[in-house]
Amino acid sequence: MPTSDTFYSQFRRAGISRRTFLHFCGVSAATLGLAPTMAGRIAHALETKPRTPVIWLHGLECTCCSESFIRSAHPLASDVVLSMISLDYDDLIMASAGHQAEAILDDIRTRYRGQYILAVEGNAPLGQDGMSCFIAGRPFHAQLKEMAADCAAVIAWGSCASWGCVQAARPNPTQATPIDEIVRDKPVIKVPGCPPIAEVMTGVLTYMLTFERLPELDRQGRPKMFYGQRIHDKCYRRPHFDAGQYVERFDDEGARKGYCLYKVGCKGPTTYNACSTVRWNDGVSFPIQSGHGCIGCSEKGFWDKGGFYQHVTDTHVFGVEANADRVGLAAVGGVGAAIGAHAAYSSYRRGKQSVDAQTTTSSPTAKHPHETTGN
Amino acid sequence: MTVTTPNGFTLDNSGKRVVVDPVTRIEGHLRVEVNLDENNVIRNAVSTGTMWRGLEVILRGRDPRDAWAFTERICGVCTGTHALTSVRAVEDALGIDIPENANSIRNLMQLTLQAHDHLVHFYHLHALDWVDVVSALKADPKATSELAQSISPWPLSSPGYFRDIKARLTRFVESGQLGPFMNGYWGSPAYKLPPEANLMAVAHYLEALDFQKEIVKIHTVYGGKNPHPNWLVGGMPCTINVHDTGAVGAINMERLNLVSSIIDQTIAFIDQVYLPDLKAIASFYKDWTYGGGLSSQSVLSYGDIPEHANDDSDANLLLPRGAIINGDLNTIHPVDVRDPEQIQEFVDHSWFRYADESKGLHPWDGVTEPNFVLGPNAKGSKTYIEAIDENAKYSWIKAPRWRGHAMEVGPLARWVIGYAQGRPEFKEPVDKLLTDLGLPLTALFSTLGRTAARGLEASWAAHQMRHFQDKLVANIKAGDTATANTRKWEPRTWPRRARGVGTTEAPRGALGHWVSIERGKIDNYQAVVPTTWNGSPRDPQGNIGAYEAALLNTPLAKAEEPLEILRTLHSFDPCLACSTHVISPDGSPLTEIRVR
Repeated sequence: MPTSDTFYSQFRRAGISRRTFLHFCGVSAATLGLAPTMAGRIAHALETKPRTPVIWLHGLECTCCSESFIRSAHPLASDVVLSMISLDYDDLIMASAGHQAEAILDDIRTRYRGQYILAVEGNAPLGQDGMSCFIAGRPFHAQLKEMAADCAAVIAWGSCASWGCVQAARPNPTQATPIDEIVRDKPVIKVPGCPPIAEVMTGVLTYMLTFERLPELDRQGRPKMFYGQRIHDKCYRRPHFDAGQYVERFDDEGARKGYCLYKVGCKGPTTYNACSTVRWNDGVSFPIQSGHGCIGCSEKGFWDKGGFYQHVTDTHVFGVEANADRVGLAAVGGVGAAIGAHAAYSSYRRGKQSVDAQTTTSSPTAKHPHETTGN
Repeated sequence: MTVTTPNGFTLDNSGKRVVVDPVTRIEGHLRVEVNLDENNVIRNAVSTGTMWRGLEVILRGRDPRDAWAFTERICGVCTGTHALTSVRAVEDALGIDIPENANSIRNLMQLTLQAHDHLVHFYHLHALDWVDVVSALKADPKATSELAQSISPWPLSSPGYFRDIKARLTRFVESGQLGPFMNGYWGSPAYKLPPEANLMAVAHYLEALDFQKEIVKIHTVYGGKNPHPNWLVGGMPCTINVHDTGAVGAINMERLNLVSSIIDQTIAFIDQVYLPDLKAIASFYKDWTYGGGLSSQSVLSYGDIPEHANDDSDANLLLPRGAIINGDLNTIHPVDVRDPEQIQEFVDHSWFRYADESKGLHPWDGVTEPNFVLGPNAKGSKTYIEAIDENAKYSWIKAPRWRGHAMEVGPLARWVIGYAQGRPEFKEPVDKLLTDLGLPLTALFSTLGRTAARGLEASWAAHQMRHFQDKLVANIKAGDTATANTRKWEPRTWPRRARGVGTTEAPRGALGHWVSIERGKIDNYQAVVPTTWNGSPRDPQGNIGAYEAALLNTPLAKAEEPLEILRTLHSFDPCLACSTHVISPDGSPLTEIRVR
């Protein structure tokens, strides 16, 4: 007789020691930005709960969210799928197809009414009678509404599900519609990004399983723990912004020295995400570190906010700890003027310093003027 | 009713109709319907793309320097390959040359994708068509260890290792929560592997899932993230600074070492795990010779991986360019993607509208206007389709043709062309694999041949990664650190009107983007992607596409279980988000907006 199983018993039977298990709980706590004492609570939760069923639907999307999810380093995607959740439907990886696949939806909906998590990648087009995306002969939005009716909560993976993303960019030819505009009677947790960072995805999921609660969300429906700050606030190139040291053209001297990418279009100052702290692919890098400005891929409507190489002019840059809710209330025009003024002022300062530097390079003691002037 | 298509296939739609929707373990949404005869042999096949996103209309009026980011989002599985195609198209239009280092880094990005995508496809999208997970529970760990050690020096092969994997799998199955393995076709007579081979494959399924995240770190180093790394018209956005202050924010010695180490690991995993598994699994399926379809008659490749920057000649491309038609392997036809007579798209069986649907259009002149209608013999309703009418419009995929021929694209097409050209880097691995398995050359033209070519190509790509990384380092050592050419960055330096084309060989096959630029903005953008070729519906002459052709004449072990259908479809690695596109030349609204 099959019985439901807990994380811990799965771990133990997989030959993983209790010591390793507790280490995992500690790492999870750290990843989630929690105090070390929380590791004990995570361990207790994982020891006692059966695996939560997850139904992962795909609408109009490009599958980058799934691809990102399987890049998760802590926890490993294989551990999430085999030991932490029960991924009962995901047409990207499931063994069955056609009728056998669709039967699972009915089964889970009945057996786990109100208990399963509905993860949605992509969104639903309403144009062409919804038939711009159909599954089992029916519009995707029909499948989505049915499965949402009996779920515990919805996770909207990525910018497609959260905002509409690329297919909803002007003129949105399929009338692609984000999940929270279709599912209105269930909590929808938006985890935006194109795609979201792998460890943010697994972090949100393990948080829900561990604490049996939804993450605290900001006004736009994003978990504050990962989307509470702007990329710019924590960017390691921030000192160059403050010092007025900018990349003027790609591959110029400033680019090679790792200067700030603001003038070549970086959207870090207006983008709420964890890229500059968690970074990508197990912390290897993130767009700015590899020389390209942030394109703002976790922000609503980022495709229609001007070119990716245009300066941002509509943000509040000086209050480092400002969050999205407060910036939303800020006087946008004044802020734009402020960032523009800062860029102009700092490039003036930089120009002045390089003149100063030239005048002092004749002295052997001032060989590295940029270092001595804090550049 | 029985008909013979102009490309030589016999279709009979009189038998029992079987519908598979959704086809799973693919990117995007696909439906397939087949008719079976009294022996459960497929006699008619209908492939329907069931999604449409309209990205190209969205590109109109945008900055061409931004197009790579939009088109990259066509597909997150073959991430980056559309971006590369796009920057090539824009650079072609504007006459922009790229630095040699940018060419090497772009090749590294593309080869990383080939290696990663092929590996993930084999283990996570395709393996369950051949591997019975439940049978692995019966395996003897010691015998599994002996099997593993007999085919590969890969160190994770002890009896204890396989005992642990088996224990983990056993507990998983006994939990009753089967997750992605629920309702699989376990125990089907179509599965041929002994339990030990199944257990070994399950172990490597898990290892590959853990390892694949390492390969893509090369994208993260050079492109900042994966999926969807960053690119740049004129080169690459990453800079090189190996000697001086500021090297932390650039490609420095530590970054080069990281990439180099990942390349070594990738070569080891593919050559010691993927290829031996492929060969071992194939050896049990030698009698399953179905699924050849168009591969023995009509294959197409645009070629890719330029050895040197800014040279698009056939001789400079490491993956071959050419077309083979009518099964004549002795003639490789030259391919010109600019020639309006060569590549044309038809829509008379697609949910789009042309003024004259008997004719095809070259992508530079492409028109797409959605027209979702079902044929008179469709069953069900417009929003609850029970059966498609393939004699009318039946797919969101257009029908591209090369000089009127339906073509197969992808790893097998590339390897057949390379083989037919007599190039040793393609011929020798194919001959060795066939010899080791005791199979004739004709065995290549099959589902299994398609899967094998993908594996051989993954190994080829991993070794080419080493070549281009070494080349990059040598070039830096010689004093060249440029990664981007920004002389024509500003739109004021561009001609008032320009048009260009960019091509790549995506993991799934020939990919082309055609762009027209006017006054600094995109005026027209068209993509013809691999799955449009392979998943093509019928054309006005009645030629069937690669999926439909490959499914024909395959017997199903059980009519109600589509295992063999999945096997052959997966051998193409379908990517449906890629395969559909739209543009309206006059910019008129394309859809009626309905608010619910």
